[in-house]
Amino acid sequence: MLYAKSAPMENLVVRGARVLDPAQGVDAVMDVRVDDGVVAALGAALDTNSHRVIEGQGLVLAPAFVDPHVHLRTPGREDEETIASGTAAAAAGGYCAILAMPNTDPVVDSAATLGSLVETARAEAEVPVGFLAAITKGQAGGELTEMAELAGAGAVGFSDDGMPVASPGLMRRALQYRSVTGRRIALHCEETTLSRGGHMHEGAVSAELGFGGYPSVAESLMVERDLALAAYEEQPLHLLHLSAWESVQAVRRAQQAGVAVTAEVTPHHLCRTDEAIRSLDPNLKMNPPLRGESDRTALIEGLKDGVIGAIATDHAPHARHEKEVPFEAAPFGVTGLETAFSALYTHLVAPGLVPLATILERMTAGPARAYGLDEPRIAVGAPANLVLLDLKASWRVTEDVFRSRSVNSWLLGETVKGRVRATVAAGRLAYSA
Amino acid sequence: MGEIKVMREDLRPPAPPPRRHFISITDVARDDLERLMATARTFERSLDREVKKLPTLKGRLVINMFYESSTRTSSSFELAAKRLSADTMSIKASGSSVDKGESLKDTAITLGAYDPDVIVIRHPQIGAPQLVARATEAHVVNAGDGKHQHPTQALLDLYAIRQELGRIEGLHVAIVGDVLHSRVARSLAQALIVMGARVTLVGPPALLPRGIEAMGCEATTDIDTIGAADIVYVLRMQRERMQEGANYVPSLREYTARWGVTPERLRPGQKVMHPGPMNRGVEIDPRVADDADALIEAQVRAGLVTRMAVLYDLLVGAPAPVPVGDPVGVA
Repeated sequence: MLYAKSAPMENLVVRGARVLDPAQGVDAVMDVRVDDGVVAALGAALDTNSHRVIEGQGLVLAPAFVDPHVHLRTPGREDEETIASGTAAAAAGGYCAILAMPNTDPVVDSAATLGSLVETARAEAEVPVGFLAAITKGQAGGELTEMAELAGAGAVGFSDDGMPVASPGLMRRALQYRSVTGRRIALHCEETTLSRGGHMHEGAVSAELGFGGYPSVAESLMVERDLALAAYEEQPLHLLHLSAWESVQAVRRAQQAGVAVTAEVTPHHLCRTDEAIRSLDPNLKMNPPLRGESDRTALIEGLKDGVIGAIATDHAPHARHEKEVPFEAAPFGVTGLETAFSALYTHLVAPGLVPLATILERMTAGPARAYGLDEPRIAVGAPANLVLLDLKASWRVTEDVFRSRSVNSWLLGETVKGRVRATVAAGRLAYSA
Repeated sequence: MGEIKVMREDLRPPAPPPRRHFISITDVARDDLERLMATARTFERSLDREVKKLPTLKGRLVINMFYESSTRTSSSFELAAKRLSADTMSIKASGSSVDKGESLKDTAITLGAYDPDVIVIRHPQIGAPQLVARATEAHVVNAGDGKHQHPTQALLDLYAIRQELGRIEGLHVAIVGDVLHSRVARSLAQALIVMGARVTLVGPPALLPRGIEAMGCEATTDIDTIGAADIVYVLRMQRERMQEGANYVPSLREYTARWGVTPERLRPGQKVMHPGPMNRGVEIDPRVADDADALIEAQVRAGLVTRMAVLYDLLVGAPAPVPVGDPVGVA
């Protein structure tokens, strides 16, 4: 279900790093040796043979990240991102796997379109990439795609991300039919009759600035509907980019009631609130919007207690000229692959809000579990999926640092802490700095 | 040849003062509003003279970019610039490159090439003035950006209130109507609060934005509360902003019956204001609009001198001027 360009497997030793794999219960300073792309040995003063040596003193070596939600804009908007540029950005962000959403032009709703993406990924993807296919043809909300055939052609899951499946009847049919595909359905929860005309979270800031409001209830109402359908059909479900307090409560209740629901949250919803919109910066405009401080707090709590198991960037590149317009005229979406870890380290770990181990788990094992992928881990015999992190480094986010073709980052101009020094993805050194 | 490696802090050339704009009431303090009103008052006296033109801004260029229709605001800005001897240019969205799909940023850069001193912009989208400020070197004046801000309207309303009632602090102002879609309501409420007045927003529930009280005002759907105010400020029912099928109110007829400002809902001596253009018989009863207690004409008069004050303040700066040729009072 994941595809990357073929390359010779790496032989390397990371020497003297603090090896931290929360899922494996590992936290010790030691060497890690990779033979032919597979973790071969952990221990003190390992023989380096003739391997490439990466000095890790003072750095943290962790399982590399999995991003369950990116937009690679291919096919259709290759000026904004390609599979090559998006996966290069992912490598620079410490990711060993990313999942791409199907809201492209054309939409990924046929085996033919999916097949061409798989072929391109095999030729140019710097890290393994999986492709979700649409739930409905053209994401138009009218007819189901041929989900079984798409799963056979390599679809990693199904989503109409960017918009909801508006009809409850059709949503129910999709949940029923997904059972024969073995793949997860991932939902963008938005009741559009409540969000229409909304450019930001509805609240005191939108009232003062005059922006049309996109209320929390537009998300949580749809979350409640989809949870009710998933419970009734006894089918698993993944909920994309939760933003609202009410949504977190609903997911928590459903999980307690035994519904197999997983959920994700983005770094920007964890780190920023609607107060930031006072700057009128279109690089803070995304769907769902940045919400209030109580929502942010609930998202952080949900992340800590595991109700939200995955962190997803919702990396959404946009051309410069499309974002250099007044806020209301700008499209929704911000980039995030290259800044996710630094943003979370700066705003959540450094101030003591969330332990580093929790962030690492939610960026690796959590998202992998949500889609039934192998969890990246540091253990003898596991494929080498490693990220080397410099927690002491700080750097300024500027337009020239990005490997993505787009620069619409919500962190532009900010100095952040924590930096990715190297990424090993599927046994291959995909990035080093 | 020795190289100077380090320049001592006190030897550095002083940083130029930040380029000033007039984009949002939230950017200005009470002192700024007081200074602008004082400047406007001196200009008002100068307009009583036979020759009304002042040479103050001779050789300066003021460009008016109007992407939305406007009568009062565009004409008063144009006249304000001319009364101060500035050169003026007016760009309208229709009939310009905007019709051909040119972006706001590109239009601003194009006009910026003429080195304008001030760009006055009205635009249907929030934040357009900030974008122009980033794209050009001009001082930018916001003449209305979407539902966000209309700071010169707020300034002229403050000025009209001060002229007619002698004070602003401690007054109670009820702002009635379509608050949701009104940049006038937002900027005026903020300006009144800064000046120490009490503000109550009155309108149908869906037209009072959720959370608006956080600005420091009250909000109610009860029209009878306007009886307690010193000033009733009537907002235009902005029909052109009503989305199809949005159902903010069931009908204009029902709006008028429930929230229209009529003589019966006012008490004698209450002052009534309206930013214009009025929909007589919708949000305001014609008898109210034509009553002697209405300050609507005073508002229009205030528009010219306050906009002169804004242009003067940005280009010449504080303190308030002694108008050229005016006899200086000798004790």
